[in-house]
Amino acid sequence: MSRRPYVQEVSRTAWFFKRPRYMRYMAREVTCIFIGIYTLILLVGLARLSESQVDYEAFLAALRQPSSILFHVLALAFSLYNSFTWFNVAPKALPIQIGEEFMPDSVVAGGHYLIWVALSLFILYWAGVFGS
Amino acid sequence: MSDNRLEVRQVELEILRYNPETDEEPRFQTYTVPCVNEWCVLDALNHLKDNLDPTLAFRWSCHMQVCGSCGMMINGEPKLACKAMLRDYEGMIRIEPLAHFPIERDLVSVADDFMAKLKRVKPYLIPGQPRTLEEGEYKQTPEQLQRYRKYAMCINCMLCYAACPEYGLTPKFIGPAAISLAHRYNQDSRDGGRDERQEEIATTEGVWECTFVGACSDVCPKHVDPASALQQVKVASTVDWYLEHFMSWVKK
Amino acid sequence: MTKSKKSNKPIIWGTFAAGGELVSLVTPVLILLTLLAAAGHVPAMLGYANLHAFAAGWFGKLAIFVVLFLSLWSQAHRLRITFYDFGMRADTLVAFGVYLIAAIGSLATVMYLARI
Repeated sequence: MSRRPYVQEVSRTAWFFKRPRYMRYMAREVTCIFIGIYTLILLVGLARLSESQVDYEAFLAALRQPSSILFHVLALAFSLYNSFTWFNVAPKALPIQIGEEFMPDSVVAGGHYLIWVALSLFILYWAGVFGS
Repeated sequence: MSDNRLEVRQVELEILRYNPETDEEPRFQTYTVPCVNEWCVLDALNHLKDNLDPTLAFRWSCHMQVCGSCGMMINGEPKLACKAMLRDYEGMIRIEPLAHFPIERDLVSVADDFMAKLKRVKPYLIPGQPRTLEEGEYKQTPEQLQRYRKYAMCINCMLCYAACPEYGLTPKFIGPAAISLAHRYNQDSRDGGRDERQEEIATTEGVWECTFVGACSDVCPKHVDPASALQQVKVASTVDWYLEHFMSWVKK
Repeated sequence: MTKSKKSNKPIIWGTFAAGGELVSLVTPVLILLTLLAAAGHVPAMLGYANLHAFAAGWFGKLAIFVVLFLSLWSQAHRLRITFYDFGMRADTLVAFGVYLIAAIGSLATVMYLARI
């Protein structure tokens, strides 16, 4: 009786199409492309800010292009998906044990959401979005 | 309303067959098996083997989700055949051996790689100091037990390896169960072997191959939550790294 | 004594974890701010005078640096993994590429902040 194990092939480029779970993971991962490009946009803005008022205001004007608005909407959607997936799994990395019990995941994740909302509102207020 | 729990249900099973002595490649074979609606997939397979096709090979033992023998892909999901209930499936059920492992024969997969990895992580208590009989037994509080209890529930069923895409892409990855077991011992107050285990799991093919997909925890039948163990190992290994490098810098 | 096989990944993972935490908390609202600007309603702090004054102060410089630095490195690391997951296996090459961009971005940030 001979052994001849059969090695099952795994597609390197298409494995994630096989299960919705994997697709959601890849969606989470590709958020980095949008957030990365956005970070580079912020960097450009910083560069213009350091040059002159004229340069900076040209940057703000460039932001008003339709392609920029489209990018912002997409980036916001991906960034929110990143945030929610991050908050939901954060409790797994740092379990908080109190006596024999652990703080429930929902509490830790909920804490993240609360901080996010509070911080976002604060930043919007600081930026003057809610009027002077 | 009639109680149809004991009614016979004709279940179509599409099973991946592979005979190393005669086949070049695996192929699907379909069976129609008369089942009772209350059965699990393992019951259907056993009825098939006893009455329809004695050549079908598959592993099983306890039939109660504690031995970890009957892991297989059921409609593309890694499951224990004794836990997958027929009443949760409609139409044809596709059954294949566990993904990411070589196929020995039919639904039997080659578990050697996992066994070797299990051994590497030293999944046993390594005392920090030698202990004499006169010192008596270790004492452990309920709080100390809770630190690792979840991770001690692993039944080595390998479903997490079948679910983990990184293991599928990089077979040298030590993997969820082995690393979770290492973590289980690292967290045990009786243990002093953490440094030894870190040499295995704080490596590139150890925890750092993990990208926190989380599929392992999704499929674990014993709620071990290996994904959480791996993230905790990453945090601990990062703290270690900074401490080690800082201490060696301070010593200069 | 044999050399330890332990990885140096922690140095990038620690940054990734910190950066990921920061990005998850502040990036959505930052995008919202520039989206408002893009829609023609530039928030007060994004006006040249206010923003320049903010970036001129030590806190502003620190905040801008931390946000850009952590965002660049955390997203670069995730991009490296994304390439791998998409089947591009030349990990060392990809790592070099993405971290180079993050490094250049970080240096540029310092440079521009120094000019304000």
